[in-house]
Amino acid sequence: MVKKEGRMATIEISCVEVWREISNYLDEEISLEMRERMEAHFKACAHCTAVLDGTRNVVGLVGDGRVFQMPDGFSKRLYEKLQKLP
Amino acid sequence: MTATQSELQTKEANLVKRVCDGDREAFYELVRPYERLIYATAISVVKNAADAEEAAQEAVLKAFSNLSGFRGESKFSTWLVQITYNEAKMKVRKAHSHLYESIDDQENKEGDYWPKDYADWRPIPSELLEEKETREAVHNAINSLSTVYREVLILRDVQRLTIKEATVILGTSAANVKTRLHRARLLLRDKLAPGIDGCWIKGQPYRKVRPW
Repeated sequence: MVKKEGRMATIEISCVEVWREISNYLDEEISLEMRERMEAHFKACAHCTAVLDGTRNVVGLVGDGRVFQMPDGFSKRLYEKLQKLP
Repeated sequence: MTATQSELQTKEANLVKRVCDGDREAFYELVRPYERLIYATAISVVKNAADAEEAAQEAVLKAFSNLSGFRGESKFSTWLVQITYNEAKMKVRKAHSHLYESIDDQENKEGDYWPKDYADWRPIPSELLEEKETREAVHNAINSLSTVYREVLILRDVQRLTIKEATVILGTSAANVKTRLHRARLLLRDKLAPGIDGCWIKGQPYRKVRPW
């Protein structure tokens, strides 16, 4: 961090550094300092913002219960197998 | 109102005790909330629905036989997922081990990953998951990831396990879980981006990739 006009200025980081941390950013697994740097970068960089939005979107889709639906009758077959155990 | 973690653990500990005392119905009550969790775990390893079901069900039977070995040191769900994961891995190894592993190794490169630059990302709305085509596209994209990425993605983003829980199941470090998850998510974004214009359904190529 560099002192600038009496307050702490955020050190700029490159796109590559931002990409490296996108996943950790979404999981809040980064330091406050890194978060501030990344947010400053996102404000100025449409490309990285698109990568962030896209990744967040994908994480949301994958986590949607509709993607991994269990085969019909899974519970019933499991229950029957358990009943048959000696 | 949802039960707190400790209430859940107490409830599960009681069920475990009942099963050990010979109450089989209690076991079904114990595993029922986790059916989807174990199925998703199995499919993250074996890929196809039939093998996933078989591995998941074998794992449940195994958990039943070994329930007295569950000491309550981890959550019951983590224990169950771990058994399922091992069962599924064993199934893959038995079936066609060399094929799987060599493909995985090739894709498992280290170093920085450069995400493709899609000029703009218009979000894929979750309502689109009502469409079978969208669900299949997401499914296929996940299946096309190599095993190391697919399994961490499913544990973290589908099953929402914590990083710590994922490290226990995968037998690896937190740093590895984070790196693999990162790579998995970005790869998946690249794979799904061409569909954001509805191209999956229309069968047209995606035109908005910047040429650099």
